Amino acid sequence: MVQAAIELVGINKSFGAVHANKDIDLKIEKGTIHGIIGENGAGKSTLMSILYGFYQADSGEIRVDGRPTTINSPDDAIKQGIGMVHQHFMLVQNFSVIENVILGAEGEALLKSSLAKARSELRRLEREYGLEVSADAIIEELPVGLQQRVEILKALYRGAEILILDEPTGVLTPAEADHLFRILAQLKEQGKTVVLITHKLREIMAITDNVSVMRQGQMVATRKTGETTVEELAELMVGRRVLLRVDKGEARPGEVRLSVRNLTVVDSRGVTVVNDVSFDVRGGEIVGIAGVAGNGQSQLLETISGIRQAKSGQVLLNGEPIDVTGNADPGELRDRGLAHVPEDRHYVGLVLPFEEYENSMLGYHDRDFYLRGPFLDIEAIRADARDKIEKYDIRPPNERLKTANFSGGNQQKIVLAREMEKDPNVLVVGQPTRGVDVGAIEFIHRRLIDMRDQGKAVLLVSVELDEIRALSDRILVMFDGRVVGERDSDADEGELGLLMAGVESREAAE
Amino acid sequence: MEVVTFFAQVFDSTIRLSIPLLFACLAGLFSERAGVFDIGLEGKMLAAAFAGAAMAAVYGNPWLGLMAAIVVSTAFALVHGFASITNRGNQIVSGVAINFIAAGATVILGQAWFMQGGRTPSLTGDQRFTAITLPFASELRGVPIIGEIYSVVLSGHSILVYIAFFMVFFSWWVLFRTRFGLRLRAVGENPAAVDTAGISVAWLRYRAVICTGILCGFAGAYLSMSIGAGFVKDMTAGRGFIALAALIFAKWRPGPAMLACLLFGFLDAISIRLQGTPLPMVGRVPAQFLQALPYVLTVVLLAGFIGRAIPPRAGGVPYVKER
Repeated sequence: MVQAAIELVGINKSFGAVHANKDIDLKIEKGTIHGIIGENGAGKSTLMSILYGFYQADSGEIRVDGRPTTINSPDDAIKQGIGMVHQHFMLVQNFSVIENVILGAEGEALLKSSLAKARSELRRLEREYGLEVSADAIIEELPVGLQQRVEILKALYRGAEILILDEPTGVLTPAEADHLFRILAQLKEQGKTVVLITHKLREIMAITDNVSVMRQGQMVATRKTGETTVEELAELMVGRRVLLRVDKGEARPGEVRLSVRNLTVVDSRGVTVVNDVSFDVRGGEIVGIAGVAGNGQSQLLETISGIRQAKSGQVLLNGEPIDVTGNADPGELRDRGLAHVPEDRHYVGLVLPFEEYENSMLGYHDRDFYLRGPFLDIEAIRADARDKIEKYDIRPPNERLKTANFSGGNQQKIVLAREMEKDPNVLVVGQPTRGVDVGAIEFIHRRLIDMRDQGKAVLLVSVELDEIRALSDRILVMFDGRVVGERDSDADEGELGLLMAGVESREAAE
Repeated sequence: MEVVTFFAQVFDSTIRLSIPLLFACLAGLFSERAGVFDIGLEGKMLAAAFAGAAMAAVYGNPWLGLMAAIVVSTAFALVHGFASITNRGNQIVSGVAINFIAAGATVILGQAWFMQGGRTPSLTGDQRFTAITLPFASELRGVPIIGEIYSVVLSGHSILVYIAFFMVFFSWWVLFRTRFGLRLRAVGENPAAVDTAGISVAWLRYRAVICTGILCGFAGAYLSMSIGAGFVKDMTAGRGFIALAALIFAKWRPGPAMLACLLFGFLDAISIRLQGTPLPMVGRVPAQFLQALPYVLTVVLLAGFIGRAIPPRAGGVPYVKER
């Protein structure tokens, strides 16, 4: 029996109504690399934050080296030999590497001797693990790969025996990721225990010894990496959910409404998030974009709706190019027939403190319909809001209620009603049913099919594979910023799962 | 020789006028470097000036006055800390409130205790911090230039002036050479990094605002017990805000903060000096224009001459752990 470095027993954690971790049991063997995999929102980061003392579990027990222990703060975790490399680096940007390394572990009140000690310790770590980085470099001038190395050094400097890495490769180039894996292998060789959190199957297969799968706050399985396959993991990760059924007739695609040509988007970190993407959406069809979250779908959606700047490429709306410099006037795009249901309704789609009727026309408030001379015609707006409430079955049926007081599903209906009722010819929809209850899901799906049957072009982005399969007439799969495959709506789920994991096709895998 | 005397006198008053700015500026430096914006420097200085003068007037000891100034100013700083650190309130609103409370309370209490229209009784002789003559000052007076600089500019100030200049060095040393300073600067840039390193963000920020309180205490004490001889209503006259401007001008660094405060002090000194004196080529300039000059220059300097001043990244943002 290999000794467990960490054992979690019956961990529960809720944030308000969200049960982020449900009865989690987990055993991590000493001296191994243990992967924890799951989709975004599966509860991986929450679990690790509990282990690092950033949050406290509502119930459950943590054992380190077999001893039951309480970890109430990061300080406790550090004392237990647990170090963490956060997804968003916890570095002081305008400090030097060495200042960041000693922060919180200075030892003495004066810096002079602690700096000298840290300098020689850094040289030792550099030799032992190949963690080269210039001690006096300023963090903000370093590439992200090196910044991450500083995070690892911080943990090792504090004597970490167990190192947790949260989505470490999300910001790295492939070469940097490979280097990281070599470092992790080196750490394991020296007897350290590594916990790797990721949603990328390729990484799990490449370097872990064991892998645990989380789904919707639960730990669904733990496997030895050598005894499992990408397919099995993909299935465990996504889960065999009850297939959603939507009655829909044959699509009757008309002319091309939305056309994306060689679109490339680079984000603020300089990472290419959308890479040379091209596709068409015709009137009367729903095109679904599938993919594990974080593979460029969000940025694609934002660029098409004129919010984000493209590096190169074109987006054509009804044959006319739209402004992709990030300065597009959303009002103008609406006038040209593009409606956008954003992925994040709370930050982009709604003003939560506003009353329902105000949100039901926001963005369309300069239409003559809502105006009387230069003023808003409040009566007309409220009557219009009441119409939408009835048509979309928004509950409670009260247009004077604060939007924040509606449930997630009803908030989503408010956004959908606003965007659909102004007769767009292209509808771009992101995560239409995220956080929405089952009843509302059916309703929203029905409305999307109706839009299609009215001859509208619908582009649907969703991380719910079932939803994509139930609604789409054609499915595009995005991985790492590229469209890696196109399939019909009756495509095999396993095959789509492989595409989403970056395996080009079944033939190529064999 | 007359030119030398003229400038020696201007520089002498430059120092006198920049000291309250310098204390207040260093005070703001500690708080803002820790991520707590403090627009209430003015109010703390005013409250300290009143407390110091009142204490010195009653007990006749300037050191007791200084103690009182520091205690009162620190109490105000802790109120600001409680509002903005513990309760995560808006730091600007809290700072403004402190300014108003100080402006009102000093006059009301002054009137209630001393019945002199909100003033404190005039301080005399050893109730104040009096000028210290440096050794050989009078002997060296005759030496051209160097003697003049030594005896007029450097000598003849109160102990608080020398403490202020020492504080510049001391602040730099604390911020850049000690563990406390490293953590304080870190918490103003990225409190999450400090939190995950196992250090309490709140306690660290409280200690920073206490430093601010102590230094504002010195600033106020200097106003009412050294440059002045008693408390007068609103005697800070916006110096707390000029100190904030100097802080931005200095990009939150102690050495440049001293230079910025001396510059503002110099502008003030020269405008006082030139009042009523016709300028070559320009002729007589209205006094109001000269009085406005330092403020006009403040705006011009801040607007165009310093490049981009990047404040501490977490400045003004209460730290919330739950994401």
